[in-house]
Amino acid sequence: MSELLIRNGFVFDPLQGIKGDRMDIGVKDGKIVEPGTLKNAKTIDAAGMTVMAGGVDIHSHVVGPKVNVGRLFRPEDKLFKSPYKSPTCSRMEMGSSVPSTFKTGYDYARMGYVFVNEAAMPPLHSPHVHEEIRDTPIIDNAAMPVFGNNWFTLEYLKNNEIENNAAYTAWLLRATRGFGIKVVNPGGSEAWGWGLNCVNIHDPVPYFDITPAEIVKGLIETNEFLGLPHSVHLHCNNLGNPGNYVDTIESLKLAEGYAPKNDFGREQVLHLTHLQFHSYGGDSWGNFESRAKDVMDYVNAHDNLTFDMGQVTLDETTTMTADGPFEHHLCSLNHLKWANVDVELETAAGVVPYIYSPKVKVCTIQWAVGLELALFSKDMMRTFITTDHPNAGPFTRYPQVITWLMSRAARDETMKTFKWLDKTIDATSIDSIDRELDLYEIAQMTRAGPAKALGISNTYGGLAPGMDADIAVYALNPENMPSDPTDIEKAFSRCAWLVKDGIVTVRDGEVIAEPAKRTVWVDVKVPENAQVQRDIYEHFLRHYSVKLDNYSLFDEHLHNPRVIEVDTTQ
Amino acid sequence: MKTVTLTLTNSPELMLEGQNITPDNFAGKKAAEIAALDVWEGKQKSPLGKYFTVEGDGAATAEETKIVLRGDCTRVKRIGQQMTAGEIVIEGNADMYIGGWMKGGKIHVKGDVDSFCGIGMEGGELVVDGNAKSHLGSSPRGEWRGMQGGLIRVAGSVANDTATFINGGTIVIGGDADIHVSTHGEGGTVIIKGNAKGRVGGQMVKGDIYVYGTIENPLPGFQMVGEVEQEVDGETARFAHYIGDLGERHPVSKGKTVYANLYTRI
Ligand SMILES: [Zn+2]
Ligand SMILES: [Zn+2]
Repeated sequence: MSELLIRNGFVFDPLQGIKGDRMDIGVKDGKIVEPGTLKNAKTIDAAGMTVMAGGVDIHSHVVGPKVNVGRLFRPEDKLFKSPYKSPTCSRMEMGSSVPSTFKTGYDYARMGYVFVNEAAMPPLHSPHVHEEIRDTPIIDNAAMPVFGNNWFTLEYLKNNEIENNAAYTAWLLRATRGFGIKVVNPGGSEAWGWGLNCVNIHDPVPYFDITPAEIVKGLIETNEFLGLPHSVHLHCNNLGNPGNYVDTIESLKLAEGYAPKNDFGREQVLHLTHLQFHSYGGDSWGNFESRAKDVMDYVNAHDNLTFDMGQVTLDETTTMTADGPFEHHLCSLNHLKWANVDVELETAAGVVPYIYSPKVKVCTIQWAVGLELALFSKDMMRTFITTDHPNAGPFTRYPQVITWLMSRAARDETMKTFKWLDKTIDATSIDSIDRELDLYEIAQMTRAGPAKALGISNTYGGLAPGMDADIAVYALNPENMPSDPTDIEKAFSRCAWLVKDGIVTVRDGEVIAEPAKRTVWVDVKVPENAQVQRDIYEHFLRHYSVKLDNYSLFDEHLHNPRVIEVDTTQ
Repeated sequence: MKTVTLTLTNSPELMLEGQNITPDNFAGKKAAEIAALDVWEGKQKSPLGKYFTVEGDGAATAEETKIVLRGDCTRVKRIGQQMTAGEIVIEGNADMYIGGWMKGGKIHVKGDVDSFCGIGMEGGELVVDGNAKSHLGSSPRGEWRGMQGGLIRVAGSVANDTATFINGGTIVIGGDADIHVSTHGEGGTVIIKGNAKGRVGGQMVKGDIYVYGTIENPLPGFQMVGEVEQEVDGETARFAHYIGDLGERHPVSKGKTVYANLYTRI
């Protein structure tokens, strides 16, 4: 069958501890093999170039109803903003911060990415999520249903019924073909249904009378009870507000005393997403400041945590989150258009356009906070690059984020454009940090680390024999790195080669093939649980707008599944 | 100034997308090169020369390039779109999006234009001797940053949704305006010398509107605060002064709340 030899590149594979050694990578029938076993391989000459596993994105909003609300209510996001006409792709590519499904798949592939985890799937709308996954070419997708404001979850956890909550979780993962437990503003989005919020983790949810702290701890216990590949994936309470670092550290402390229990090589019990939005000091927008150091001191000292950056890229973008109250708050700050959705018993969502301007002090401080988190980190296997796409910026800006992390000169160049440079420097530590990350650390942050945290590092994120043959080659010579940092950005924007499942997919930055993409989901076997079955039946009878029989995803919605099986009955 | 004359000799069956007809695109090009520029009829791309005869070369810069369009351009859209300098004279009618996203220079249309003309305008001058249809000087769909600057002058009447989200610049309408004027406006000036139908200044935050005739259905969100004498478009007159839209948020500047102003002539 098809064989491929990627010759002579500088290979960076943190999962195997390979740090830029010059070596060959063999590919046979879509899997990585020892080069010596190949008989008749086509060769890709990677001499003088960087070779990494295909990129893995742990947190990005790319499919589903709120992404589509963004696409629909921002026609101006397409106007004059998507001029790129690929010479090789036949599908229309539109949009900037909320790109069309096709553009999403193509752009990720051009950057050398192969796996993207959709960060928030409203369970009721999982068919929409899966239909858009099908329409997003090339990249493999997983999607995390949101649990942190779900009535079932709130009731079980209030009564401390971890086993019942686990049975419900397993049922919902199967019903939605979901990947793991996402928690957005625990309790707060439910409180939003009452016009309220939970601003700290001890602020009880109206009616349910459970606190965000109890929800998070209960979900960690549920997750480890089931032994899921990924950990609880948390968007903390009180996002985006001055002084919220106190609440964030309180949230991180909830993981103390818990150890991971799983068969997937995952070592954390809690993943903190878009930590940038949660690391602020001050008590008003006037004295708003970075508290990245305090947050990272805690994270560095506790290795059962991982996080992604949520880096602000200083672009005009579209914010979208299941954190309904936050979006309403944001709209009252910037007076732009606002969309809000309530999803029955499960969750909510809001969408608001936002301009992160280098002329606005708060925005440039946010920019510094994100970079500081990564640059203060002592373990890049627990530190991942994201922009919380599209909330802090479009994912197409990852190459720029990588460049800022790798080059102090690139950071200085950007800071020159700041209107409030002195105030930004005073309110942050960014100007005192000289650290520049290397390609090995970038490989940790963009493939090995996220794959391990997602519990999929036996398949994605590395180049060991037996793994999927997902390989990105970048025109960067680690022995002779470009003196102009914009060349780093260019190399990561358009990879020289992307091999996905053993198929040459991108060449010289252009998509030349569309290998079959997959939907990755987690199927958990739990013992029969009559009570939970009855609770589900009752809730659907009384409270849902759809019947139970119509709720679970029909198989025709599921595209090319790759099932990860977990058996708790053994 | 060098003049390029385009004469429509072979009318398109569908609408023609003419966004390449700008002094910016013609500058530095010979007549034959101009005739080779792309235009689209539906999804079919063709050279400009398929529809127009081209006489004269472009000047070295857009500033020194003048374009004259002859023949019936009723079905030619987007003439002067995104132009930054120079001059365009359209001898008869033209279709939609004339002068859209214009940044500078001047367009003079001697006949009527269709909808979306002067949309997203940032600067320059668009003069229409006839009538204009809807969305004159408005923001593009979804966009909250409408007209930023420049001048639009329509001698005749306009249809609905004029100056939506206007932020700056001036629109002068010689005749009447249909519903929705300066909706969501946050600056700029609209002068209607005839009558307005209704919904004038809805959700307006800042900016000025003058109506010389009557407003058939005024909005309840505007409140009369007095009478003023003002010079408008070169003539002085007395106006009833209203502020609004009181249902909308309003910024505070130097301790005073800023409202949109609506003036009706008395
Ligand atoms: Zn979030
Ligand atoms: Zn997110």
